[in-house]
Amino acid sequence: MSKLDEKIEKWLGTNTYHHSEFWDLQALVKAKEQSGLTISLCIPTLNEEKTIGKEVIVFKSELMDRYPLIDELAVIDSGSTDDTLAIAASYGADTYLSSEILPEHGFKSGKGENLWKAIHQLKGDIICYVDADIKNIHPKFVSGLVAPLIYRPEIQYVKAFYDRPLAVSGGIRPSGGGRVTEILVRPLFSMFFPELSALMQPLSGEYAVRRETLERLPFPIGYGVETSHLIDVYQSHGLDAFAQTDLDRRVHRNQSTIDLGKMSFGILQSFLNRIKHYEIVEGMPELPGLFRQLQAEGRRYEALNREIVEEERPPIITLPEYRKRHGRKS
Amino acid sequence: MEQLEIGEELLLYQAELHGLRQILYANIVMAGEIPAPTGGERMLTRFLSDRFTESGLNDIAFDQAGNIAAVLPGRNPQRNLLLAAHVDKVWPESDDHTVSVRVGKMKARGIADNGLGVAVLATLPLILEHLNLKLESNLILLGTTKSFGRGDIGGMRFFLENTDREFESALCLEGMNLGRLSFASLGMARGEIEVKLSGPGNDPDTMTTGVIATVQEVVSELTRLNRDSFPAVRILLGAVNAGSGYNVPPSSGRICFEIRSEEAARVAEMEGKIQSMVNRLTDEKEDVSIKVEMIAHRRPGNLGESHPLVEFARTAMEALGVEPKEEPSISELAALLTHRIPSLTLGLTKGAHRHSPNETIELEPLFDGIAHLLLVLRHMDRTDYAPL
Repeated sequence: MSKLDEKIEKWLGTNTYHHSEFWDLQALVKAKEQSGLTISLCIPTLNEEKTIGKEVIVFKSELMDRYPLIDELAVIDSGSTDDTLAIAASYGADTYLSSEILPEHGFKSGKGENLWKAIHQLKGDIICYVDADIKNIHPKFVSGLVAPLIYRPEIQYVKAFYDRPLAVSGGIRPSGGGRVTEILVRPLFSMFFPELSALMQPLSGEYAVRRETLERLPFPIGYGVETSHLIDVYQSHGLDAFAQTDLDRRVHRNQSTIDLGKMSFGILQSFLNRIKHYEIVEGMPELPGLFRQLQAEGRRYEALNREIVEEERPPIITLPEYRKRHGRKS
Repeated sequence: MEQLEIGEELLLYQAELHGLRQILYANIVMAGEIPAPTGGERMLTRFLSDRFTESGLNDIAFDQAGNIAAVLPGRNPQRNLLLAAHVDKVWPESDDHTVSVRVGKMKARGIADNGLGVAVLATLPLILEHLNLKLESNLILLGTTKSFGRGDIGGMRFFLENTDREFESALCLEGMNLGRLSFASLGMARGEIEVKLSGPGNDPDTMTTGVIATVQEVVSELTRLNRDSFPAVRILLGAVNAGSGYNVPPSSGRICFEIRSEEAARVAEMEGKIQSMVNRLTDEKEDVSIKVEMIAHRRPGNLGESHPLVEFARTAMEALGVEPKEEPSISELAALLTHRIPSLTLGLTKGAHRHSPNETIELEPLFDGIAHLLLVLRHMDRTDYAPL
């Protein structure tokens, strides 16, 4: 077994959890209180009226009223045209329009923008991000992610992973990372950052991060935000700063292959930007941002070209407004 | 005087109950999303068991029928009240049970019948604690299994036949509709008629329709019997199944029906008529066999519209501004009345589309429903009703 394989195997043994290991929420709340940490939950939204109410109800009841694990529950919205914000507010979430946070820095459309602005708006020492489109919502989606940060001070970044196949032979199951992970991200990580291939689902939208790490990360505002984070945290802290938690099963809407193509293009852009930034490959040329897809209608074929530019927000610690609000030094 | 006291209590409850709305809503979502088909209720009874444990209740136990029971001790250990909600839903486990939450509403399969009843049962210990309501009587909270169809209220029957407690009175909780006040149970017999091809199939009808022509004949006969005896006896047709496509005549079919009447003898008489009709049709047919199987029975019972428990529940409802809808029940109430326990079934909130994928409950009226439940519970706690 190579040293790399040994390291990954060791890491999988020590830094991979199952949510059931943290079933005792009372003990978790006690540990959190002893640590003095505060926790903010951020749900980024854009037209999520079908599922947002349920997430707010379950998290607020179970993790604020019953077990006070989180100190703040915020919905940060990109400009929904449905009832997302009204529903979230009616069930007790703090609601913000992304465009109204740090307005002097403008507004960019994308999930990464909401995540970045959440660091400024929210107060917690730990920020836990949970996507708004989960159908089978449960408190474990938060408790399973923040627990490793509460119990192990050296951990900086905890990722969720999910999904069991309906039947497995011999108790072994594939990592089930999702189509874009298995076809794009895992091959790229295997080539350039093989240790990161230990992460089961690098693209999952549920993760918890310490503020001191989060505030120093640049934020692509589109599809590439998770991939970019992993590379940056890995470069600054190494694999041991990560943990991952098995949350069993996540039910959410499925995306079309066309949409997955756009997502892959955005991720690839961010990945190549990080490669360039860290000078991993010499002489990287400027690459086009035009994504070319095709569609057919009968015997008529046409090109669908779309400009996908992965804009990036700087580490938020570089903003004077942020440093003033949170009493931080650059 | 009583009206005034009820009004004051109601105002207090309505004001205080909103403080627990998050926990209540979360319990509705969770109880709503857990599948619980009749006979497969284990996940939902486990949820109730966990909630009872978190509330510090005593004697939390599953029985052989899969019911889950727990005790909130009162000051008088000899006195017992029963608060029950059936746990099973009409939907199979494979159906989507996702709860959709909108402003003031929730929608999901089974959320009213009876996810909401289960959620209120799960939350009640916290509600009583929050309102600092201490009961004289032990309150036994019971989630019952096997309510629907062939389950034949088997969970409640088993509990009542095997419990060593005597109950002063009891309440059954149903999600909808607020205003429902059931104090009588109808006599009921539920059956299935199975039609099968059994012969060479030379008859032109069976060659082209399989059993469908016979099924249609049986339905016509049931309709005629219903018309002849209505309204003293009613025959409800709940389902007719035969075939699965366009061009293959089905070889079997099934008709599900229910006989209802306030008199047990009339139910039995109608059972006999249906059996005779089936025998006659069987004799007439060469290619088809017809069998009837009775799968569930209820004896009629009636607490009486002037019983003090009924009168109080009606008065409390009127104080809420809700018009009582007094209707007989064929659910768990029948078993309780058979055991001579003064009992009611109450609906908790306004709702719509019961037993459809769009089953919906309204959240704001729920607080009135729970306030009403608390008033009735307090009346049961302080009243010794005459034996039935």
